[in-house]
Amino acid sequence: MKDIIRTLGLTKYYGNLLAVDHLSFSVKEGEIFGFLGPNGAGKTTTIRMLVGLTTPTEGTAIIDGFDIRSEILEVKRRVGVVPETSNLYDELSVKDNLLFMAGLYHVPRLEREDRVRELLESFNLWERKDTKFGKLSKGLKRRLTVAASLIHHPRIIFLDEPTTGLDVMSARSLRLLLKELRETGVTIFLTTHYIEEADQLCDRIAVIVKGRIVTIDTPENMKSIVRGIPVIEALFDSPIDKSMTDDLSVLGEVWVEDNRVRMLAEKIPETLKALISFATRHRLKIIEVNTVKPGLEDAFVKLTGVKPEIMRLEKERGGQ
Amino acid sequence: MIREEIEGVWCIVLKDLKAYYFKPPNISWGILFPLVLALAFTLRKPSGLSDLAPGLVAMSALFGTTSMEAIVITFEKRIGALERLLLAPISLETILIGKVLGGSIFGLMISSIMTVISIEFLGVSVKHPSLFAISLLLTVLTLSALGSLVAVSVKEVFEAQTLSNYFRFPMIFLCGVFLPVESMPAPLQWLAYTLPLTYSVNALRQTFVGPLRHGDLAFNIAALTLFFLLFMTVATRLLKKHLE
Repeated sequence: MKDIIRTLGLTKYYGNLLAVDHLSFSVKEGEIFGFLGPNGAGKTTTIRMLVGLTTPTEGTAIIDGFDIRSEILEVKRRVGVVPETSNLYDELSVKDNLLFMAGLYHVPRLEREDRVRELLESFNLWERKDTKFGKLSKGLKRRLTVAASLIHHPRIIFLDEPTTGLDVMSARSLRLLLKELRETGVTIFLTTHYIEEADQLCDRIAVIVKGRIVTIDTPENMKSIVRGIPVIEALFDSPIDKSMTDDLSVLGEVWVEDNRVRMLAEKIPETLKALISFATRHRLKIIEVNTVKPGLEDAFVKLTGVKPEIMRLEKERGGQ
Repeated sequence: MIREEIEGVWCIVLKDLKAYYFKPPNISWGILFPLVLALAFTLRKPSGLSDLAPGLVAMSALFGTTSMEAIVITFEKRIGALERLLLAPISLETILIGKVLGGSIFGLMISSIMTVISIEFLGVSVKHPSLFAISLLLTVLTLSALGSLVAVSVKEVFEAQTLSNYFRFPMIFLCGVFLPVESMPAPLQWLAYTLPLTYSVNALRQTFVGPLRHGDLAFNIAALTLFFLLFMTVATRLLKKHLE
């Protein structure tokens, strides 16, 4: 498979702030490529440079053979973009929004009606064709935004946090839709802060922290970084506050979710002892203790030192 | 390539007219405001009603274009919808031309309605229809470009409204809409000649109710063209800067 996206030292400064730091990576034609990282890591800025919304300070990228610095209109003809916010026009109907996009992307006039109908039918939106965009639910708005990005048969689509803010069912249905899209040969480049989403969807993942790529690999290979290191998961009788676990952190990575504490346990006996003394000190009852197979989340923590729950919290706060 | 850019302009114009401009409150605001203001002046000084006609048309062009133009772009910038256009395979200049044309068409419609009202109720007739049409077209294009300049200069919709009012209301009183510029003190006259509406009112007055002075009309038309080019150039640069 050929490289359909190739970045060459892509860099972006906002004033003195280095947002993206000399990124060089490539995306293969037809793959789902995930950009995973915490808030402010440089994911959105990278996409904005690749699709021509902002100019790189240094470096460039070649997309389907065209340079983003000198041939951006050619690049725009070949890519579809789904921004983080569904930003179609509230006052226009579902159908009119797509007809407008078809005109904007120079779909031949005689083909527009058919293309719009085809997309609305395949995205199960045909029955809502006369509903104004502003009246749709969040999930349907997202669906239509994805449909709009495909109006001109792009070879690549960029999705910025596609499932953020969606309910579980809408997010699942959107992920299914992306998998179906990949089957049609479209290359998908997505940013996400949901590790499970990247694990389920992506053929390869780039982990980006503070504007730099920490690693690029398949989810399976990434998990192998922590393969062999057991993960211990303890369930307590009441919720745990993150600040309580500072003394456990000396043994390795610790993350907390409600009543549950999860640790990468390089030395199991010491970890168990530490958990028991933690429970005694905080007057907690241990309900159960399990060793679990490490996943991508564990690999991510090991690689970046960033806790997934912090990443989710940051995103939720940012979205408010 | 040029065909695609023209198609892009046309799509943006149609979308803006449908999504924003052709809403009853916008149409009534564009017509009612100049009428009410004219009525207030007429009650104070009932004679010379027909003299007001060119100023009324210029005022409806000013409010018809700038009121919505500034808001539409700022609103789209705010909700991220402007990015939709910036992502499309068309140039930034094309996007701005589309926006300005949308505002111009709406302004042209509102000021045409005001022209008909003036003819029907103020007893005036258009003395030089083709020159009047050119003057009106240049007026709405220039004022719409001014609206887009305001919109790209600010972040919030309320800032666009406030900034528009900073120049709209002084223009009504300084640019010869109600009082001839020549009757004002010299410093105010100088100020009036830095404002585009002065040239619009002059051109519309000569072509609507006369008398026509060819050299003077050509000067007014040239001044409006220069203002239009200046506003478009600065607005494009500011929008480019916004993208950096």
